[in-house]
Amino acid sequence: MYKNIIEVRDLSKSFEISSKEPGLKGTIKHFFRRQTKSLKVIKNVSFEIKEGEIVGFLGANGAGKTTILKMLCGLIYPSEGSVLVSGHLPYRRKENFLKKITLIMGQKQQLIWDLPPIESFYLNASIYDLDKKEAKKRIKKLSEMLEIDSELFIPVRKLSLGQRMKSELLAALIHEPNILFLDEPTLGLDINAQRNLRKFLQKYNKETNATICLTSHYMKDITSLCKRVICVHEGSISYDGKLDLLLKKLSPVKEIIIVCRSEEDANKLENTSFNVKNKTKNEITILVENNSITSSLKSILNNFDIEDLYINEPPIDEIIGKILVKKDYDI
Amino acid sequence: MNLRKYINIYTKFLHTSLACELEYKTNILIDLITAILSLIGSIFLLSIFFQNNNTIGGWEFEQALIIQGIYTILNGITNTWFNPNLTEIVKHIREGTLDFVLLKPIDSQFFISLKKITPSGFLEIILGIFLLLYCIKINQININLIFLTLCLITIICSICILYSLWFFISTTTIWFVKTWNATEVLRSFLYIGRFPLNSFSFSLRIFFSVVIPIAFITTIPSEVFLGLSQFWKILLEVIVAMVFLISSRKFWLFALKFYSSASS
Repeated sequence: MYKNIIEVRDLSKSFEISSKEPGLKGTIKHFFRRQTKSLKVIKNVSFEIKEGEIVGFLGANGAGKTTILKMLCGLIYPSEGSVLVSGHLPYRRKENFLKKITLIMGQKQQLIWDLPPIESFYLNASIYDLDKKEAKKRIKKLSEMLEIDSELFIPVRKLSLGQRMKSELLAALIHEPNILFLDEPTLGLDINAQRNLRKFLQKYNKETNATICLTSHYMKDITSLCKRVICVHEGSISYDGKLDLLLKKLSPVKEIIIVCRSEEDANKLENTSFNVKNKTKNEITILVENNSITSSLKSILNNFDIEDLYINEPPIDEIIGKILVKKDYDI
Repeated sequence: MNLRKYINIYTKFLHTSLACELEYKTNILIDLITAILSLIGSIFLLSIFFQNNNTIGGWEFEQALIIQGIYTILNGITNTWFNPNLTEIVKHIREGTLDFVLLKPIDSQFFISLKKITPSGFLEIILGIFLLLYCIKINQININLIFLTLCLITIICSICILYSLWFFISTTTIWFVKTWNATEVLRSFLYIGRFPLNSFSFSLRIFFSVVIPIAFITTIPSEVFLGLSQFWKILLEVIVAMVFLISSRKFWLFALKFYSSASS
């Protein structure tokens, strides 16, 4: 059994936020007498993550996912509670801890803009105390995995967003960290670039058993990478568990669209015990519970003359969307 | 602190920032021309002040040139190291890219203070050294080991004071988010350092010595050059430099506890 690599207990974070009334009067008032209030953005959050796990943090904008991630990697001091990552208190930012982790942010970059990425890689290698030979070996290995061999020598400003993101990943992984914090890594990438990045992360996790904590608004990132999700709603955890369990619970039925050869058959089908959603001439749509899909299909195919048949999975974005606005999920 | 590692990293910093600057040749050329014109302009301005007076605050033109020389060297250091790095701190904090610096196994103050250089500032340092050599000749100054050591100590202290002041202001960005203007004010005060401290009124002298110790930065090294400085003044500059340097370090470490990172 894998041991816990991240342990979070009753973690809270408050920020001082200033607010301003609209208009010139509000601006002047805001300039002379700034009104601030303490806002608790993370509220008593507790969870554990095991070594090698890929966990997706889901939540609406401003729910607190990134703040949790930043407390896990030691950028922000927690207001209350405790965080232990790989046996370290992250906010102390000890050298041994920093060599084990990395943070990749889709909307921020660390590569030197005017130079080819290879220069940033060697700079990072020296910061992480790697000798030139070792750095060269790792750059070669990672660039092959990321398929960016030819882009290493082109100035960053001339690279496409996808190529730049791959280079960012390489720069962030050169010290072979075993905990990866990814904050919307596929932001703004095209479909192919997103898929390549996901493929790489899967491979990296498989080869190195690295733990990955990921936030993303692209559901495909979550469904293809994460078996477990932590849903954050207004600073609290609304769900922590397996993704497929959550999906089944939230969407217990599937839609079956049946095209019958005759209208007569469609009418007969309408009068059975199936839950009919709608009917047009010889086409009928029924709702069937997930656990009785096979038996229902068998019964339909045996008793009716069917021309065509489709099973519609409910759109995952829609299901996940429900989580983002609801507070508690009793699963 | 592993010294070899830091030397190795600094070599990489030099290499990458030089490579960055060399990407834009015209920009370097303009910077070089600006440095030469700025020195000529400053000497011309100084000569206008001395046109109707033989001395200002007890300093003759040839002696005041020493202050100009030291100012040029310090301005060169400012343009080479402080300007490209310390103004960037504000940007790092505003845009949240300080996150990358803080998560590296390296001293964050070292990283943000020395990552970049602007090579055109070197010309100003060289011009300043030449001006000082010329001043040594025209003021008939005897060069010996004690003289050189004291000069070096006071100039290093001046660099430390200037750096600490600038770094201190930039650090406040963690709370105030935007402090471009404050660093600009500091640069304006530095211009004042081109003139002898004695040429100002008593109250301004106190202000520039105690509140913002700009006067220490150029006047004391210049007095050392002319053999006018008393030992207590040099000692005072060393103490001020050390207090400033240590305070700026402590202040940075304290401020980081309040760093909230930019929202994404």
